[in-house]
Amino acid sequence: MMVPAMVWVVIFGYVPIFGVVIAFQNFRPALGMFGPQTFVGFENFNYVFHIPSIWGVIRNTLLISVSNLTLMLVVPILFALFLNEMKQMGLKRSIQTIVYLPHFLSWVILSGIFIDLLSPSNGAMSALLRMLGITPPDFLGDPKVFPVTVIVTNIWKNFGYGSIIYLAAISGVDTSLYESAEIDGAGRFKKMWHITLPGIRACIVLLMVLSLGGILDGGFDQIFNLYSIQVYSTGDIIDTLIYRIGLQNTNYSVGTAVGLMKSLISFILISISYFMAYKFTDYRVF
Amino acid sequence: MKLNAWRKKSFSVFPALNGFVLSVAALTCLLPVVNLLAVSLSGNAAATSGAVGLLPVDFTLDSYAMVIGNKDFWQAFLISVQRVFLAIIITTVMTTMVAYPLSQVSRKFKSRTFYAWFLFTPMLIQGGLIPWYFTLSSLGLVNSIWAFVIPGAVPVFNCFLLSNYIRQLPPALTEAAQIDGAGHTRVLVQIILPLCKPVLATLTLFTFVGNWNEWFQGLILMDTPSKYPLQTYLQVLNRDASSLLGGLTANIQQYINASSRSIKAAQIFVAIIPVAAVYPFLQKYFVKGIVIGSVKG
Repeated sequence: MMVPAMVWVVIFGYVPIFGVVIAFQNFRPALGMFGPQTFVGFENFNYVFHIPSIWGVIRNTLLISVSNLTLMLVVPILFALFLNEMKQMGLKRSIQTIVYLPHFLSWVILSGIFIDLLSPSNGAMSALLRMLGITPPDFLGDPKVFPVTVIVTNIWKNFGYGSIIYLAAISGVDTSLYESAEIDGAGRFKKMWHITLPGIRACIVLLMVLSLGGILDGGFDQIFNLYSIQVYSTGDIIDTLIYRIGLQNTNYSVGTAVGLMKSLISFILISISYFMAYKFTDYRVF
Repeated sequence: MKLNAWRKKSFSVFPALNGFVLSVAALTCLLPVVNLLAVSLSGNAAATSGAVGLLPVDFTLDSYAMVIGNKDFWQAFLISVQRVFLAIIITTVMTTMVAYPLSQVSRKFKSRTFYAWFLFTPMLIQGGLIPWYFTLSSLGLVNSIWAFVIPGAVPVFNCFLLSNYIRQLPPALTEAAQIDGAGHTRVLVQIILPLCKPVLATLTLFTFVGNWNEWFQGLILMDTPSKYPLQTYLQVLNRDASSLLGGLTANIQQYINASSRSIKAAQIFVAIIPVAAVYPFLQKYFVKGIVIGSVKG
């Protein structure tokens, strides 16, 4: 029963891993993937570190991903905590239905929406800001503003979906704890701080640890669909750079070299994070 | 006592404020889509000048008429439908075929750990975009609809999810059937799968949405726009409006009351509809699915 899947994983999982030899070659597609290519040692890696924008790209990636990861912890937890306090079930359910929705729309759709909405000339957001007497910034065209736009729209898309897991964890907290806290005179916020949060601590730690592996991902789908050449200085990330060097400029070997370095660092981080998750919370993938 | 409790509740500021803030948060998630719909239904002049808020200005269905008449759009739409359909069939079959053996206890299936690690390792370390691309191109998958389906045929994480779900079913069920002489295939099809309906439904819906939303493979694996799935078609449209839309509408546009902006909005809105259509079913299951997948004992 496992045979087809094993064949599949060899072809689509392992062949690309061995395909990283491209990074050590002067790769020419016409000769075939494992054909008689010329090996050039670490020349491509040397080249990578001479790309003028490379350090900027690494900085952008880390800045955007660390902000994303931090906000994706804080905002969904806060949202879940406060949603949990809501007693009107109908409204609560409607709110949940609405906030989960953006997660299921692709960045192609959402970038279409945001490019229109945030357009400095005829977008509704700019019109709204002008009405309030604020000069609208060029959300997608100003290098200073672009990373903020990326981070905010990312949290906008995902905070609702991210809160599901915390809501589930909160509903698992022992209700008798709240009752005894009430008897001791604890108010709403005291209960949140001293019962709910410690009650979901394991869940928070687990998600925090597992998110570590994504630290070199700035969100390719999102940035690729929102950025433009005038915001490369602050918006270009590792994955978009790989795409542009490797596939657009057909500089296959250099693209693979960047990808390989990213994969190796991510591999170490993911392994550490799974190991920590296993140690702390007994989390297992299989 | 009862009155007292009621009074306390109604005078407390927190629930009202909390409800208000959370409702505003929810509205911010909805309003951009409402604005999109309004733009798509607005007349040429209003859309171009940017006077559209949450309601259409100078209401017209012309942009939707343009979308309905746009052959390229429907061609891409059809490719997406085919792709989703194929992906659901293939991934469901493959996921089941992997999950069932993996769900067996190690005592019965000695090399279980080896197979699990063999599948899991490529999730930890990847060759990256370019080796992946050349693997597919040397297999001749470029420009074929199978390029969207085969490379994703075994969603490894979903396999583990399903196998974990099967593991926590009471073993007595399968043992009883096996004593009665049922083989593995029979146990899987007649006993296990019917019990896995909620998980399978979740995975199917995720496959649907994932494949519907996927655009990057279309961009790099298809050489001609006529082979693009809908999301890739829209992606190219977003990036460069003149490439797909321009030639088509330039001469017709003077006769109708629709701007290229509202036509674009209408196409995006039509692309949302399939996701919106499965969303109620999705919502019923995904909460459960996430919880199974993430926090298990």
